[in-house]
Amino acid sequence: MMAEIGLAALWLAAALAGLQLVAGSLGLTTRGAVLGGAVRPVAMVQGLLALLAFACLIYVFSVTDLSVKLVALNSHSMKPLVYKIAGAWGNHEGSMLLWVTVMGMAGGFVALVERRLPERTMLATLAGQAFVSIGFYAFLLLASNPFERLSPVPAEGNGLNPLLQDLGLAFHPPTLYLGYVGLSIAFSFAIGALITREVGPAFARAMRPWVLGAWIFLTVGIAAGSYWAYYELGWGGWWFWDPVENASLMPWLAATALLHSCSVLASRNALRAWTVMLGVVAFSMSMIGTFLVRSGILTSVHAFAVDPQRGTFILALLAIYIGGALTLFGLRASTVTEGERFALVSREGALVFNNVMLSAILGIVLFGTLYPLVAETFGAKVSVGPPYFNPMGALFAVPMLVVLAVGPLLRWRRDRFARVGKNLVIPAMLVAAAAIGLLMIGGVALLPFLGLALALGLAWASLLPLKGRNLRRTPLPIWGMVTAHFGIAVALFGMSSESAFSVEKLVAVKIGEVTQVGPWGVKLDTVEPVAGPNWTALEARLLVRYGTDGKVSRMLPQSRSFWAPPQQTSESALLTRWNGQLYAVLGGEAPAAGDKSEAKSDAGSDQGRWQLRLWWKPFVPLIWLGGLLIALGGALALAGHVLADLRRINLRSKIAYRRERQGR
Amino acid sequence: MKRLLRSPAGLGPVIVCLALAAPAVAQEEQSTAPYAYRQLDDPAKETKAQDLMESLRCLQCQGQSIADSDAPIAGSMRSLVRERIAAGEDPEAIRAWLIERYGDYVSYAPQLTGLTWPLFAVPAFFMLVAFLLLRRRFAGKTEDAK
Repeated sequence: MMAEIGLAALWLAAALAGLQLVAGSLGLTTRGAVLGGAVRPVAMVQGLLALLAFACLIYVFSVTDLSVKLVALNSHSMKPLVYKIAGAWGNHEGSMLLWVTVMGMAGGFVALVERRLPERTMLATLAGQAFVSIGFYAFLLLASNPFERLSPVPAEGNGLNPLLQDLGLAFHPPTLYLGYVGLSIAFSFAIGALITREVGPAFARAMRPWVLGAWIFLTVGIAAGSYWAYYELGWGGWWFWDPVENASLMPWLAATALLHSCSVLASRNALRAWTVMLGVVAFSMSMIGTFLVRSGILTSVHAFAVDPQRGTFILALLAIYIGGALTLFGLRASTVTEGERFALVSREGALVFNNVMLSAILGIVLFGTLYPLVAETFGAKVSVGPPYFNPMGALFAVPMLVVLAVGPLLRWRRDRFARVGKNLVIPAMLVAAAAIGLLMIGGVALLPFLGLALALGLAWASLLPLKGRNLRRTPLPIWGMVTAHFGIAVALFGMSSESAFSVEKLVAVKIGEVTQVGPWGVKLDTVEPVAGPNWTALEARLLVRYGTDGKVSRMLPQSRSFWAPPQQTSESALLTRWNGQLYAVLGGEAPAAGDKSEAKSDAGSDQGRWQLRLWWKPFVPLIWLGGLLIALGGALALAGHVLADLRRINLRSKIAYRRERQGR
Repeated sequence: MKRLLRSPAGLGPVIVCLALAAPAVAQEEQSTAPYAYRQLDDPAKETKAQDLMESLRCLQCQGQSIADSDAPIAGSMRSLVRERIAAGEDPEAIRAWLIERYGDYVSYAPQLTGLTWPLFAVPAFFMLVAFLLLRRRFAGKTEDAK
């Protein structure tokens, strides 16, 4: 029953999206102006219906209604409730339903609260939002119905991939999707502004909070995803340049650029066409990412060709939306003037430079991600990975980071380096000191070397905009900027430190044996079986001690066996200190052949040896701490802008009220 | 995948299965190759091996290097890399050898060939575009910035 209600809600929402498009478009004409009033309510109801459909899906998953095909394929009755619920979006159909739900809710929310722009622009924006939604509703209803029934009803479900049965991952997709799909608002705003030719500071100020909101979720989502990969995959890697990761990075890069050009447009009425273009590009990257992840093309171009229905569908949607938006941009770009001019050495100049660098990095990630697919269609398989992305990205990231240290200190419109130069003496000295120190340590590869040195200078420079200010009266957006830029420095330091100073130790040890990794002494105390709700595991108890520290800590890595579906995972154990993380994984029982040389020496004592994988990763948590700081900076800026708007609205209504009273 | 079947003896038992089915099998049958889970005694050589392993693709898994995978073939390849490094072979020679066996797919570091030149042309192109864009934007504008 709930499945049918969900399906009905979905169809209704799709129909309302159609109505929203028609009413919004007609509302722009003089004859259909009367229809304009319907657009906002329709958008809100559409969002609520999508939410209802999603709630129905969560319900059928939480009660494990196996007559629903999706539940039978992806869930299991013997699974903790939280993973049953998370299972609702841990699959293709469910995640697409989440996609349209976020999209509908975002549109409804805009319809509810956004009143700063001329109503015509809003109608065009909401019509644009509906236009994009319709495609995804169609995709969901025609090509991936999440509520399809199954007959006969199976006795038990297939279960959820154990790697996904983890709290971090359970809430990673919704966060990421809020960001991904939240960017659709920027896309629709851009379309609305192009149609009504209203590109100016007011447009940028209206769009900025929405972009910021989406960007915050995107940042948190990427950081969370990276941390999940780090501790769950059991090898200590935190970024793989995997196409799925790139799919989330690309919208982030575009949104970061958009955010900055938005602020130029809002404060200085410059970079008009560029900002609109980025609005289109950002959500296009979200859609391309969805295509990559959801079409199956990543497994292989051939897998895509074998079952092309879904992939072709998304590809057609991509062509319509991205192509359509770019065509519109091409038609209208000539009428959108560049706006105010400015000098190279100015706040705008620095922001333009960083925008160009971010776009270039985006281009490289996009090209490097798509190229293997292109090559495969020509019958050749190539891999593009870290050895490509790291240096090529750094080519543009390093100049960007240098400018990032200077840019916030510059004045709008025109400035002189001489004025800000003396502020940068300390950061420059920090960079030099770090460089000398690293050279003396030796053996640090070029990229982490640059990263560590830049991170120190940038950390200092990022705080400089606060210098000479009354901290209590400093506007929140400034705090936001400083926090986010400081976060970049913190994350950069963590990344570089991890890649420069990590120590790895792979050993096969007997119970009671002590091994050394970096400054840590690690003793394997016991290995015992333990059981969870839907798994059994071998759990090692490690007693670890830092240096000559008296304090002994315990770590409990597990090697888990899930039974539905049958699969093994390594649950790593992490021990965080202020200066890094100790990472421990329990492997299997060591094979006898594993130690050719030692096998002879203790052939008699055939006592079990256990494989341990240990890493000491100095300052690695700073990667995610930095990510969170970046997101926090975004949140501060968002709060600042929203509060300022509320104050303005409040003031305006007070003035209106007073005028009214005086008029009487 | 056919090429895998003709794998050299050094790679040990290779279980050929498609990427999606891999995780289920991957960990139950750990690689028994000697250096799959064992480091070289010489730290300098181990670092060399580690750097190389991080840039070689596990052929069985999706998007993981052989340094990040529990799949048996990844273990066998790690062992192979470590043994050859220990024997004093150059990392790039090992990479070339692997590419010859398994094709360009096995290496995450694309080589400059007739097939992959656009990968290297594109960043240069972006550099140029960025330079021209910025120059056009700012050329001679310092004075007439209003």
